[in-house]
Amino acid sequence: MKLFPIRGGIHPDYRKETTCEKAIVAMPMPSALHIPLQQHIGAPAEALVKAGDTVKKGQLIARSQGAISAPQHAPTSGTVVAVTDETAPHPSGLPQATIVIEPDGKDEWAELPAPIADPFAADAQTIANRVAESGIVGMGGAAFPSAVKLNLGSRHKLDTLLLNGAECEPYLSCDDRVMREHADEVIDGARIMAHALGTPNIVIGIEQNKPQAIEAMTKAAATFSNVTVVGVPVQYPMGSERHLVQAITGRETPARKLTADIGVVVHNVATARAVQQAVRFGRPLLGRVVTVGGGAMREPMNVDTLVGTRVSDLINFCGGFASQPARMVNGGPMMGQPLPSLEVPVVKGMSGILALTAAETNEHPVQACIRCGTCVTICPCGLVPVEMAAFIRKDHLDVAAKLGVMDCVSCGSCSWICPSHIPLVHYFNYAKGMLNAQDREKRKNDRVKTASEAHTLRLEKAAEAKRAADAARKAALNKSTPATSEEASA
Amino acid sequence: MLLAVGSLAVMGVALGGILGAAARFLAVEENPLEEELKAMLPGSQCGQCGFVGCGQAAAALARGEAPVTLCPPGGKAVVEALAKKLGVTADLSEHEEKLPEHAYIIEDLCIGCTRCIRECSVDAILGANKLMHAVITDVCHGCKKCVPVCPTDAIIMKPIEVTVGTWHWSKPEAAQPVVH
Repeated sequence: MKLFPIRGGIHPDYRKETTCEKAIVAMPMPSALHIPLQQHIGAPAEALVKAGDTVKKGQLIARSQGAISAPQHAPTSGTVVAVTDETAPHPSGLPQATIVIEPDGKDEWAELPAPIADPFAADAQTIANRVAESGIVGMGGAAFPSAVKLNLGSRHKLDTLLLNGAECEPYLSCDDRVMREHADEVIDGARIMAHALGTPNIVIGIEQNKPQAIEAMTKAAATFSNVTVVGVPVQYPMGSERHLVQAITGRETPARKLTADIGVVVHNVATARAVQQAVRFGRPLLGRVVTVGGGAMREPMNVDTLVGTRVSDLINFCGGFASQPARMVNGGPMMGQPLPSLEVPVVKGMSGILALTAAETNEHPVQACIRCGTCVTICPCGLVPVEMAAFIRKDHLDVAAKLGVMDCVSCGSCSWICPSHIPLVHYFNYAKGMLNAQDREKRKNDRVKTASEAHTLRLEKAAEAKRAADAARKAALNKSTPATSEEASA
Repeated sequence: MLLAVGSLAVMGVALGGILGAAARFLAVEENPLEEELKAMLPGSQCGQCGFVGCGQAAAALARGEAPVTLCPPGGKAVVEALAKKLGVTADLSEHEEKLPEHAYIIEDLCIGCTRCIRECSVDAILGANKLMHAVITDVCHGCKKCVPVCPTDAIIMKPIEVTVGTWHWSKPEAAQPVVH
């Protein structure tokens, strides 16, 4: 298959070898599970259980609220200990509503929805509904509710389902292991998703540094003529959906648009497996494979973990720390976020937990920009990081927005390559956050304006109604007065 | 010489006449600037600027009688927008940037008198006579008009809390200049 070049990019040291050759290990049941109500982009779920309730494995414990949201299910059977605010696995470390379950050790299943007997005969909505009620979100890291993306077929003309197995982040190998060990399930899930989307073609993009995964997937896909497995060049950020689409189809996603606008929907390989489990067996998303790695880990490995397992329990399972980590990262080293604490739970979008040593974080004091222009050369989005950062430093966010800061995918290539160690991507994350906040404020002001106009209108209407009522009463009084006078005269 | 004086005088009279006629017949009733300024203001008619509503505040701004920093709920964004439109430099030294707030009713103290409901210009307070009142925080824009009318001091202002959804990274520290 002909591939197309993508712009820029970098070649970091991959460091996947410590985990990618070891089979996935299932973690024993931890002593408590902490399930946050928001593990996805969109509105948080609404708790349906309270302290003291007993729950079964797979039981719905929080329902989704609104169009973009996802429900949560009990990962095992046990008792709800509390519904409380706990530290979120988020760089802010802010508290978040969390359901705490104490497992009873029986791991008893609740009654699950019936498997969809023949998914290829079912209509798209049935499959999308099943995916929505199973709480499946994008497992590559963004955690966008998958069912919303499966409904794109009704509004867009789609031709390809692209399964993202690029896994371009260093250290991470969870998708690699899932593809090697569960290739048939991934392919089955992809075919079900393509059926729901109405896309004739399925392309699976895997970076060429994962030859065993490519081989396993090619073998599993051999019987299906519409499924193609493609080895894509090893180039960070190949796993960014826009870049993978461009590398495989040659189509570039327009600024501020979706890949669906150019006919392609991208899902992660682990998401495809979760969809297969939900459709074929009615099982909701209860756990995921997490890469536990980094130089400070004693035994780096891929662990099959239940959602809600504390990161500290996961690290203890992997033998604890070999040395004091300089930084704990949630996700990959390029785009991952710092972990606020080890007492946070594993969530659906958590692909890796990295304990990095000081040598690995490679932190240096910030120096002045030397105008070398390397960040411009390597920016995969064709932006000019040096210029945007200069404007953001002086808080000229409107200028930065004109230069395209909102099109930055935060891949971190510019920060990685900068010889002066300027935290470029940090500037862009700050600017994007500020611009989004300003946008939210503007929308709120618009709402206030509408509410205020409605208020004035309501008062006017009430006054009008009162005047009309007064007039009617007066008229009635005038009518009855002559009558009474007549009576009196009679 | 006479010809020059004469022709210029004739031109002056003629052009002056045209201008005078134009001023009379093509006069604009309202200052168009007012409308534009009004659109920039929050439009919640809260009256914190000292004018009756946003329309009057816009008129005063257009006449140059009010400072661009007059609107407390608008915050820095409105000040900057107004300053840009009016071509003045905003004096932000006096302006203290406060965090967005919303009203909150302490339920133990509320007696259900409905005075705050009547005061609210965006219908953000829910309740009825002798029944508990509550503020719809999503709609409340923090104008504080309800606070003084409460006979039991049951209304306080609370900062809008940052959540995981609204949090974002703060600005990184820049490089220290090298001194040789």
